[in-house]
Amino acid sequence: MEDKQVSGEVVPSGISVRAAEIAVAIFLLTLGGLVMYDSVRLGFRWVGDGPQAGYFPFYIALFICVSSLGVLGQVFFGKGRGEHKVFVEWAQLKLVLSVLIPATVYVFGIQMIGIYVASVAYIAFFMVWLGKYPWFKSVLLGIAVSIATFMMFEIWFKVPLFKGAFNPLSFIGY
Amino acid sequence: MGIQRVLSRGLLPLVAAFGLVAVSGPAAAWEPTKSVEFIIPAGTGGGADQMARLVQGIVAKHNLMKQALIPVNKSGGAGAEGFLEVKAAKGDPHKIIITLSNLFTTPMATGVPFNWKDLTPVAMLSLDNFVLWVNSEDPYKTPKEYLDAVKKAGPNAFKMGGTGSKQEDQIITVAIEKAAGVKFTYIPFKGGGAVATQLVGKHINSSVNNPIEAVAQWRAGSLRALCVFDDQRMPYKDKVTTTQSWNDIPTCKEAGIPMEYVMLRGIFMPAGVSPDVVAFYIDLFNKVRATPEWKKFMEDGAFNQTFMTGKGYADWVAKAESLHRDLMKEAGFLAKP
Amino acid sequence: MEEINALFHGFSVALTPFNLMLMVIGIVLGVLIGVLPGLGGANGIAILLPLTFTMPPTSAVIMLSCIYWGALFGGAITSILFNIPGEPWSVATTFDGYPMAQQGKAGEALTTAFTSSFIGAFFAVVMITFLAPLVAKFALQFGPPEFFSVFFLTFCSFIGMGKEPPFKIVAAMMLGFALAAVGIDTVTGQLRLIFGWHELMRGFDFLIAVIGLFGIGEILLSMEEGLSFQGRTAKINMRIVIETWKKLPKFWLTSLRSCIIGCWMGITPGGATPASFMSYGVAKRMSPDGTKFGTGMPEGIVAPETAAHAAGTAALLPMLSLGIPGSPTAAVLLGGLLIWGLQPGPLLFVEQKDFVWGLIASMYLGNIVGLIIVLTCVPLFAAILRIPFSIVAPVIIVICAIGAFTVNNAMLDIWFMLLFGVMGYAFKKLSYPLAPLVLALVLGDQAEDAFRQSMLISQGDVRVFFSNGLVGSIMALGLLMLFWPLIGKLKAALRNSGA
Repeated sequence: MEDKQVSGEVVPSGISVRAAEIAVAIFLLTLGGLVMYDSVRLGFRWVGDGPQAGYFPFYIALFICVSSLGVLGQVFFGKGRGEHKVFVEWAQLKLVLSVLIPATVYVFGIQMIGIYVASVAYIAFFMVWLGKYPWFKSVLLGIAVSIATFMMFEIWFKVPLFKGAFNPLSFIGY
Repeated sequence: MGIQRVLSRGLLPLVAAFGLVAVSGPAAAWEPTKSVEFIIPAGTGGGADQMARLVQGIVAKHNLMKQALIPVNKSGGAGAEGFLEVKAAKGDPHKIIITLSNLFTTPMATGVPFNWKDLTPVAMLSLDNFVLWVNSEDPYKTPKEYLDAVKKAGPNAFKMGGTGSKQEDQIITVAIEKAAGVKFTYIPFKGGGAVATQLVGKHINSSVNNPIEAVAQWRAGSLRALCVFDDQRMPYKDKVTTTQSWNDIPTCKEAGIPMEYVMLRGIFMPAGVSPDVVAFYIDLFNKVRATPEWKKFMEDGAFNQTFMTGKGYADWVAKAESLHRDLMKEAGFLAKP
Repeated sequence: MEEINALFHGFSVALTPFNLMLMVIGIVLGVLIGVLPGLGGANGIAILLPLTFTMPPTSAVIMLSCIYWGALFGGAITSILFNIPGEPWSVATTFDGYPMAQQGKAGEALTTAFTSSFIGAFFAVVMITFLAPLVAKFALQFGPPEFFSVFFLTFCSFIGMGKEPPFKIVAAMMLGFALAAVGIDTVTGQLRLIFGWHELMRGFDFLIAVIGLFGIGEILLSMEEGLSFQGRTAKINMRIVIETWKKLPKFWLTSLRSCIIGCWMGITPGGATPASFMSYGVAKRMSPDGTKFGTGMPEGIVAPETAAHAAGTAALLPMLSLGIPGSPTAAVLLGGLLIWGLQPGPLLFVEQKDFVWGLIASMYLGNIVGLIIVLTCVPLFAAILRIPFSIVAPVIIVICAIGAFTVNNAMLDIWFMLLFGVMGYAFKKLSYPLAPLVLALVLGDQAEDAFRQSMLISQGDVRVFFSNGLVGSIMALGLLMLFWPLIGKLKAALRNSGA
C-alpha cells in the first residue's frame, strides 16, 4: 500500500505524489481558511469568563493552515523534492474509479429512488461488471440483500430508511 | 414521505393534484395507512425522548393504532433539525413531533427559519414543571435564604447549572436574576441528568431541573427543593421523600420570587393536513392519557396535566411564544439578524 | 458476606428458563446491532425498549442489558474483518485487528477480541458486586475540570507516538477538532461553522467519518491492489480458539491495566471510547513490543477491547446507584427504568433488591452466554473473508450507506460518507494518520465543552485545572504521558553519554 520506490529506470506514469501532496495541502489550507473566517465572525478572543465560541476553532484553523503550509514547504524545498514518485498509476486509478464512479451513481440513485431499489441495481451491476457473474445470479443476490435489509430495518427494528424522492416502493405501503 | 414530499417540493403539479385527493380522502374517520414517524427534536434519554418512547410503548401495548408509531431523534442544532423536517413535510399525515421549549427558543436564539405557525398544533400533552434545587448539605431552607446568600456573595460567585445555552433553564436563570436582583454564573451542560449530578457533587450551587430529572437525588436526600416555578403548587400529595410530597414544595411566587415558567410538552404536525387527520391524533392521545402507564408517568414526573387542543391550544402557544420573545429579548439572547 | 448472599439470590432470580431465553435472544440481537454500523447499542435498546413493557422489569432489563453486551461484542467483528468500526470504542481495535485479519489471522484476532471483552466485563462486574456503594461516590467528584483532565489524559496518552510526518499528524488531528466543532455550540448556543447551510447543523457524526475514512477508503485501496481482500487463507475451524487461548495469558499485565483503566473511565463517566484509546496508548508505551503495535499485534487488541468492555459495564454502576448514565446506552436504559416505574438512584439498591441483584447476576450470566455464542461463531465470521471481493465489496458499500443514513436519518450523510471515503484513500496513501483525526472528532467537542465550563466556573482562571488533588494528579499524569517519549530519549542520551 505504501508508495513504491521507483528505481529510476522505468517510471510508470500516473499522478505524482508531489501533485497529490499539493492538492491535499491546498484542500486543507482552504478548509482552514474557511474555519478561520467563521471563527472571527463568532468572536475568537479570550474574554473575562473564558474563551468565546470561535476561540478554539480559530487556533485549530491556524494549526491546520500552518501545518498544510509546512507540508507544502516540504514538497517544494524538502529533501525529497527532486524524486519522482507515483501516487497512483493510471491503471490503478482506473480500477479505483471503477468502484468510485458507480458508488457515486449509487448514492445519487439512493437520493432519487431510495436505498432498497438502488441497492439491488448497484450490487447487480458491480457483480456483473467487475465480478463477471451471470446476470440472474447478480440480480437475485441484490434482491436478496435488499429484502434482508428491508425486513431487518423496516419491519423488525422499525427504522425507516430513505425511500428517495420518487418512492418507487410506495405501493407496498412504506 | 413519497407523494407528500414531492408535493412539498412542487416538482410535479400532476402528482400534486393526485396527492391532494389522497390527503383529503373520505370525510369519514381518517386512519394512518403506513407507520407514523414520531420526531423527537432532542437526544436520546432526555425528557422529550422519554415521553415519546413511553407514548410509543403505550400505543403498542394497548394496540391504539393499527400502524406502528416510530420515534426518530432529530436533535441537531438544538432541535432545529427536527422542526425543519416537519416544516418541509407539508401535508404529510404520517409525521408528528413532540415539542419542548426549543420550539420557541431555538429559532429565536439561532435565527434558523421556522416558527410554530409553520406547523399544525395537535394537542398539549402536559406542562413540565421547573423546581429550584440546591444541595441538601447547604444551609439554605427557603428561596429567600438562598437568594440573600447569592446577593451577599456578589455577582457571579454562585453557579447555576442548566441544560443547553439560551434555552429554558438559562431563561429561568435570567428571570430569577431579574426578579431578585442577583447575578449567577450560568454553566450549560448537555443534559438534565448531568446537571443534577453536578449539583450533588457540589460543582454547582443550584439548578432548575425538571422534577423527573432530579427526583432520584431528592428522594435520596442529596438535593433540596426550594420552590416550583408554576403559578400553583404541584397537585401530587403522596410522600416522595420521607417527609415531603411534591405538593409540599411552595411556589416561587409565594416564596417571594415573582415569576412563573412551565414548559410545553405538546404535539405538532406538518402544516396543510386535513382536520380529520388532526382529529385522529387528538383521539389517539386522549386514549393514551387514559392509560394507567401514562397516569403513573405524570405522577412520577410531577407534571402539570393540562390538556388542550384546537384553538385553545393554538392561543396558548401564541401567548407562550410572545412570552419567550420578551424573556429572550430582555436577556439579550435573540440572534443578531 | 452480604454481597455473596445477595448475588446468589440474584442468580435465583435471573436463572429462570424464560430469562435465559431472553439472554440468548438479547445477545444475538445485540451482535446483529453491533455488526450493522449505524445501529448502535443505544439505538438498538431505544428501538426495542417499548417491546419490553409487557415483561416484568427484571426480565426486560436482562434482555436489554444482554443486547448491550451483544452490541459490545459485535462492534469488534466489522472492525477486524473490514476495518469498519461500528462503535466509537471499536476504532482502536481496528489498529491491530485489521492487519491481523489481512495476515490471515482473522480467527485469532476475533478470539482475542471476544475473550478480552469478556475479561474486561467480568472484572467490572466483580467490582460492581463488591464495591458498588464505595465506587459510586467517586463519580460525584467529577466536575467539568476533572472531565477535561480525563480528556486531556486521553489525548496525551495517545498522541506523540505516530511515525508519520509531524505536520501531517497535526493537520489530521486539527481537522478532526474542526469537524467536531461544526454545529451548535453547547456553551453559547451559537451555530458554528455551518456557513448558513442548515443541513450542517447536526454536525459531523463520528460514524459517518469513520465509515467513510476506514470502510470506503479501505475498499478503494483494496481495489488498487486488484480485486481482493487479503486474508482469504483464514483458518476456519474451532481449534483456533484453543490455540489463541494458549497465547493469551502472557498479556496478563496489559489486561489488568486495561481493566483498571476501563473501570475507572466507566465510572467517572468518561465512557468506553476514551477508555479504549487510552488503554491502547498506554499499552503501546508500556509493552516491550510497543514499536510493533499497528502491524497486527494481539496485544493491540487485548488493550482496547478489555478497557472498552470494562468501561461499558462499569458505566451501568453510576446509572443504577446515582441515576447518572455513564454512556448513551445507559441513558436509554435509565429512561426504561423510569418507565417501568423503577427509580434509579441511591435508593434503588435498598428498595429494589430483586431487580438490582437480578441485573447484576444477569451480567455474569449474560457475559458467559455471550462469550460462548460469539466464540462458536468465530469460524463463521472468519469465513466471510472467503467470499469473493466483487460480491462482498458492493454489499459492504450498501451496508455502509445504510449505516451512514441511520445515524441521523439524513441523506446528506451518505454523500459525506463518500467524500470521507475519498479523503481516507488520499490520506492513507500520503501517510496522514487517521487515528488522531478520529480521536479528535469523537472527543473534541466534549473536551471543549468541559474546558469552557471549567472556565465559566473559575471565571477564566486556568489554574482551576490544578485546584485540587484529583484534577491536578490527572493533569500531571497527562503531561507525563505527553513527554514520555522525550523522557525515554533523554534517558537513552544520558546512558550514551555516560558510557
